[in-house]
Parts: sequence; structure tokens; C-alpha cells
Amino acid sequence: MNAFAMSILKTVGLYLLVAIIIVVSVFPFYYAIITSLKTGTALFEVDYWITSFNFQNYWDVLQSGEFPRNILNSIFISAVTVALSLLLAVTASFALARVRFRGRALLLMTILAVSMFPQIAVLAGLFELIRYIGLYNTPWALILSYTIFTLPFTVWVLTTFMRDLPIEIEEAAIVDGATPWQIISKVFMPLMWPALVTTGLLAFIGAWNEFLFALTFTVSNSERTVPVAIGLLSGASAYETPWGIIMAASVIVTIPLIILVLIFQRKIVAGLTAGGVKG
Amino acid sequence: MKSAYSELEAQRIRAAMWFLLPMIAALMLVAAYPLLRSIYFSFTDTSLSNLYGGQWVGFENYFSWKTLPSGRTIFKGTLVDPAWWNAVWNTIRFAVVSVFFETVFGLMVALVLNANFYGRGIVRAAILIPWAIPTIVSAKLWAWMLNDQFGIINDILLNLGIISQKIAWTANPDTSMFAVLIVDIWKTTPFMALLCLAGLQMVPRDMYEAAKIDGINPIKVFFKVTLPLIRPALMVAIIFRTLDALRIFDLVYVLTPNSSSTKTMSVISRENLIEFDKFAYGSAQSTLLFLMIALFVILYIWLGKLNLSGDKQ
Repeated sequence: MNAFAMSILKTVGLYLLVAIIIVVSVFPFYYAIITSLKTGTALFEVDYWITSFNFQNYWDVLQSGEFPRNILNSIFISAVTVALSLLLAVTASFALARVRFRGRALLLMTILAVSMFPQIAVLAGLFELIRYIGLYNTPWALILSYTIFTLPFTVWVLTTFMRDLPIEIEEAAIVDGATPWQIISKVFMPLMWPALVTTGLLAFIGAWNEFLFALTFTVSNSERTVPVAIGLLSGASAYETPWGIIMAASVIVTIPLIILVLIFQRKIVAGLTAGGVKG
Repeated sequence: MKSAYSELEAQRIRAAMWFLLPMIAALMLVAAYPLLRSIYFSFTDTSLSNLYGGQWVGFENYFSWKTLPSGRTIFKGTLVDPAWWNAVWNTIRFAVVSVFFETVFGLMVALVLNANFYGRGIVRAAILIPWAIPTIVSAKLWAWMLNDQFGIINDILLNLGIISQKIAWTANPDTSMFAVLIVDIWKTTPFMALLCLAGLQMVPRDMYEAAKIDGINPIKVFFKVTLPLIRPALMVAIIFRTLDALRIFDLVYVLTPNSSSTKTMSVISRENLIEFDKFAYGSAQSTLLFLMIALFVILYIWLGKLNLSGDKQ
């Protein structure tokens, strides 16, 4: 009987913990959705459930100002950054994972070190560089600067992925006299799609969320990315924060991310652990 | 035969060099060059309006002194700037507290997820949500929930009778660091949990079975069996998190703007670099942050190795 009571207690405890974890994880975003559907004075009453169903805030944020433009900026910048990083990373990670050469370990350590750089440490130098080549206040300034964190990350993850592929898949191609480029494009690429999708998605999220460079290297409203636009959204006066509109904008840019993350759940977890644990 | 093989090998290595070249060139351009330029700027008097006319001033931005005719000595530079040391202290406090709680909560969530129960997939999906939300969005979300007048957190705490009057969480210097910590822990615990879970899943199940049969207390099993086994994974997760915490910028900048009780090293450096037109002074501060992080990495790897070899004895 005692053991039975204990096991019941254990199960109840476990489910209580599970409930707490779910509520704490989900509630803030749920609350943002509730808030975004309220307007006027209803905003300033605390409600725990959906009380109004007004899409005025969504209409406002998509109609007025530069927010749609900001979304397009973010999509363009993140997509180009990821495409360029993957392009450079595929060939580089083949060399790092499949070819033995002197200094390989050192190079890998350096790449890992770059991915740990504090972004602020390169801010002054990048600022000068971007001014010098005339990219200031353009999307290309951000594409250039985001490479500093997307490239080391993609190289690192793809290298760990390629290293785990068996040597046999290459041997046949080598015997047939394939060049290294043919080996990459004909043998490895078809196998690497899952890894490329995951790595690309994680790099995309990183670029999409970046704030410091975007805040520093763009000045006009129309050139800003989504995080800066949301961070700097303000009302007519300093005392009137448009919470309804901020929450609507937040929901708009977060829902696609949440859907993507949930779809690619397992792959993302695998990608994160390849970037972290195996390192 | 042998020479044909080594010819092939040489060809592969040559190809590898060409494959690596674009990546290395890109990293030189966006990482090495800007880093060296930033360090160089910190030894000059460059200003934002005069980027190319900076003169070499040695260590003046870091530390210098001047003896006045009256005999008084004046110290200058970021190393004697109380605002800088305040930022250093804020950053360290933030990093230690946030990483500690993220590790503890992350382990707890991972242990729950590692148990067999109905609806595990839902929990796994739910904890990914804070991680998927952009940092700026979570900062705004929590700024709204922590709002002094209309925030739901004050409402809950008042209803539960935990507080007797509304608290201005983000504006009050006594609670603003607490607010930043809450948001960061909420957002990053999922990452820790996933890394811990990956470590936990490598622990063989029969090890728990054996401990259960022997009737060993589960808490003892955790500290004697589980923790040592997942320690390598945990160490890597902690170092990644600490490095992230030491360079935190966005959350602090958006959640508690211009608050000296949360201002971190990254925030104060950018403020001087861009907003206050003290470009060189800000560069000196960012260089110090870089040095601190580099030192931390070296120390951590060194200590980590020492401990690992100690365990094997």
C-alpha cells in the first residue's frame, strides 16, 4: 500500500512539473496574442483569457509605417546570408572533414574561436569597413557582417556531419577517377540535404534575430530589419507605448519561426547538439 | 603504384586548399581585419566624425595620468572609470546568476523529458517556443507583462498577496537586473535542457535498472551516476552559455534602456562608440571585453582538462 501511494505521488509530482513547464513556456506568447487582439482601454485591463477578437492592431502595423518593408528586408538579408554561408561552407567543410593536411586541427579551433567572438569586439572595425566600401545603411552591410557568425557555425556543423560519413562512399568515386569537386557535387551533396536544411534553418534564425549590427549599420526606417523595428517602435510620445501594435508585430514575426521550429523539431535538436556537444 | 597514390593525395590536398580559400578570405575580411582595426582604434584618438584622422595616443584610452602644477595627479582612461567597472560587475553578475539557474532548470527539464510519460512530445514542443521567439520580441513581451501599471505579473502577485503594491520591475534600479535575469533564464533554459537531454540519452538505461535493483536512492544515483556521465556535455553547454551571457547586448538594451544597474560591457561600449562620439574610448572597452572572454576560454579549457584527468585516477 505504501509503495502504491508512493508511486501515485510520484506520478502526480511528475505531471505537476510537466504542467508548470508547459505553462511557463507557452504563457508569455499566449499573452502576447491576447494583447494583440485588444484595442483602446481594453488593453489596460488584465485578462487571462481571450476577451476580444479585434484585428485592428494587425491592420495598423501592416498598413502604416515601414513594417512590411522591414519584414522583406529581414527575409532578403537572412536568405542571402544563409545562401552565401552554405556555399562557402560546403566546400570548406569537405576539405576540413575528408582531407588530411597539416594545420587542420588549428584551423578548426580558429573557426570555433571566431564563432565565440563577442560581436562588439569587431563593431568599430566593421563600422569603418562598411563606411569605407559604401555599404552603410544598405542590406549588404548586414549580409557582410552576419557572415561573422553564420559562416563559422555552418562550417563547424557541416564538418562534424561529413566526418561521420563512411569512407567507402568516397572510395568508389576515387577509383573511378572523380575529381574532388565531382566527389562533393555528385557523392556528398545528395547525402547532405538534411544537414544543409537544418544548418541553414539555424543560421537563418540567427540572422533573423540579430540586433546589434542591424541597429548600428542602418539608420533609416526603411532599411531596418524586424528586430530593430520592433525594438524601436514607439508611440506619439514617450509615455504612450503602443503595446497592442508591438504585440501584433511580435506575433506576426514569431508565428512563422515557431511553425518552422516545430516542423523541424528533431532535426534542430540534432543540429544544436552537433554544434554544441560534439565540439 | 605508390607514387600514383601520393600523386592522388597531393591532388586532393591542392583541391582542399582551393576549397578552403574562399572561406578563409571571408573570415579574414569580416572577423580578423575588423578585430585588429578595433584594437588599433583603441590606441588612437579616432572619433566617429573623423574616422580616418585618428592619431596614435598609446594607452591613453585605457589608463593615463597627469600631474597638475598644483601637485595633484589626475587619472584618466577606462580602467579608472567607475561606469566601466559598474558595467563589468553587472556583466559578471548577470553571467554567473543566469548560467547557474539555466543549468539547474535545464537539467530539471531534461530529467523530466527523459522520463517516460504520456504527452512527452507536447512538452518537448512547448519548451522550444521560448527558444524560437526572437530575443527582441521576448524582451518586449516581458516588458509588457512586467509593466508596472498594467502588467499581468503585478496582477498575479497582488492577487496572491505576495506583494502589497505594484512594482516597476524594469524601471526600478533594485529590480531591473532581476527582470533581465528572468527573461534570459526563461528564454535560454530550453537550449540548456536540449543539450542536457542529448547527454542524458547517451547514458545506458540498464545503469538505472541496476541502481534500482540495488535499491539506491534516486538522488544519489543522479549525483553518483548521471551527473558524472553527462559532465562532458554539460561542460560544453555551460561554456557556450557563459560566452553568450558575457557579451549580452540586445535584451538589456531593449528591456531596461539607460539603466546603470543593468548596463553591461557590450552596452556601454556601443554607447561610447556610436552614441557618445567617443569612438576610440568605446574601442578600448570592446577590446577589454574581448580580452576577458579570451582569458575565460583559455582558463576554462585548462581547468576543464585538469579536472577531467583528476577524475580518472
